[in-house]
Amino acid sequence: MPRPSTQNISWRRRFVNFLAIAAVTGATLVVMAPLIIILGTIIVRGIGGLHWSFFTQIPKPTGEIGGGMANAIAGSAMVLLVASAIGIPLGVGAGIFVAEYGRNFYGNIVRFTADVLNGIPSIVIGVTAYALVVVTQGHFSLLAGGVALGIMMIPTICRTTEEVLLMVPQSIREAALGLGIPQWRTTLSVVVRTATSGIVTSIMLAFARVAGETAPLMFTALGNQFWNLNLNQPTAALPLQIFTYSRSPYDDEIQLAWTGALVLIAMIIGTVVLVKFATSRGMMKGAR
Amino acid sequence: MEIGIHVHDLNAWFGKTQALYNIALEIPAKHTTAIIGPSGCGKSTFVRCLNRMHETVPQATVKGKVTIADLDVYGKGISPVWIRRRVGMVFQKPNPFPTMSIYDNVAAGLKLNGVRNRRQLDEVVERSLRSAALWEEVKDILKKKSGASLSGGQQQRLCIARALAVEPDVLLMDEPASALDPISTAKIEDLIFELKEKYTVVIVTHNMQQAARVAEYTAFFLMGNLVEFDKTETMFTKPSDKKTEDYITGRFG
Repeated sequence: MPRPSTQNISWRRRFVNFLAIAAVTGATLVVMAPLIIILGTIIVRGIGGLHWSFFTQIPKPTGEIGGGMANAIAGSAMVLLVASAIGIPLGVGAGIFVAEYGRNFYGNIVRFTADVLNGIPSIVIGVTAYALVVVTQGHFSLLAGGVALGIMMIPTICRTTEEVLLMVPQSIREAALGLGIPQWRTTLSVVVRTATSGIVTSIMLAFARVAGETAPLMFTALGNQFWNLNLNQPTAALPLQIFTYSRSPYDDEIQLAWTGALVLIAMIIGTVVLVKFATSRGMMKGAR
Repeated sequence: MEIGIHVHDLNAWFGKTQALYNIALEIPAKHTTAIIGPSGCGKSTFVRCLNRMHETVPQATVKGKVTIADLDVYGKGISPVWIRRRVGMVFQKPNPFPTMSIYDNVAAGLKLNGVRNRRQLDEVVERSLRSAALWEEVKDILKKKSGASLSGGQQQRLCIARALAVEPDVLLMDEPASALDPISTAKIEDLIFELKEKYTVVIVTHNMQQAARVAEYTAFFLMGNLVEFDKTETMFTKPSDKKTEDYITGRFG
């Protein structure tokens, strides 16, 4: 076969081709620019404050130099743990319901509710958690912060779980039903299992999104200058601490805020990568 | 001769569209029966009514009577799950569970119904894979490779092994070789020939030569009606209905 000649391609076609490639490359750069600028600024400004003390010490009283965010890191971890304990089972459960049993009125209600919940500003969700937990308990608490973030995780997980479950081919469901496996077993052991990596991605997406939330924690977890891992006490959290320090008049506190932002982002990326790695290793070789 | 499946006055619908009209048929036990007919004639719908898979499609309905051995398939209080354990099914496109190993694919029907005994599972997996003529090819990679990593023909034999593992009485095959190359097709056909020793086999096929090769009995469907049912030999040499003759000689379809 003769090789297709490039000489016959018209000048006009080459020019249009060049324009199209330039346009998509340009669009890619424009999309990537904010990410690179944000990450770059945070790394440059934050890396100077990165010492062991940041991870081991709690904040010093204002005016004293030094101190770290150990309590805020631990507090954030706890709040996210509580949020995950609430958001993951409810979100995944609702997603399974909508995808596998939800082609009806009730399914539409759940879908609609999730979409509306997704559009509610996070500060409103914070106020809701305040009314539900803080008012009932009579004080701010780690638990209230977890509840606020947990509620925020539900709609994201629900809708993405639904999407990945619907991507499992119908033939796989038929194979299981045809073997005399009951519907609920088919759903849990075959359909959900086939879509596990997608569901994990949806959870990570929601996790990463709420991990940086500040507003819903303001009237729930409140913040704390000292150690607290007690569910019923106000707790420090990285986003709150960053917010507080970023408005400080002192240079060293501003520096701590930048470093806090760097650590927060690193922790989120680290968690996502770790979970993806752990779940992908459990998969069969040769599986899609 | 022993009758494996009694079908009496069977009607099936998709929403308001009727797909099967008053089908009456006696499928002999421990033989292979082929269902032939042009596309859209209701072949697949018919076999899917035999193990109650038809009703898994939204808005699909069935009326009529199907009896397998002494079991009233559409009887009151009879669970479709129970029927499907006695009536295995192999689909047109191989559909192994992609995230399960070869071993787990074959054992799925038992494992997911609560069988935990390792020795029993090992035995069933080996016996089923041998029956499906796949054992020699996969015995060293049983737990290492996913079912989806096999070739198309191997995947289809894996699906047959998976269906045999739950020890059904009847094996329904919905165009099991239509997505396979000629060599894999030949393997599946040889296999069907052996399977009828132990199982009542019903095979839907587009390919009339295939029906002639593997089945003792053949049923011809046209537009949701059963036109003729007889010994395959008779059907292909001197059919009693003009429509059967026209289809078989290639005048339409």
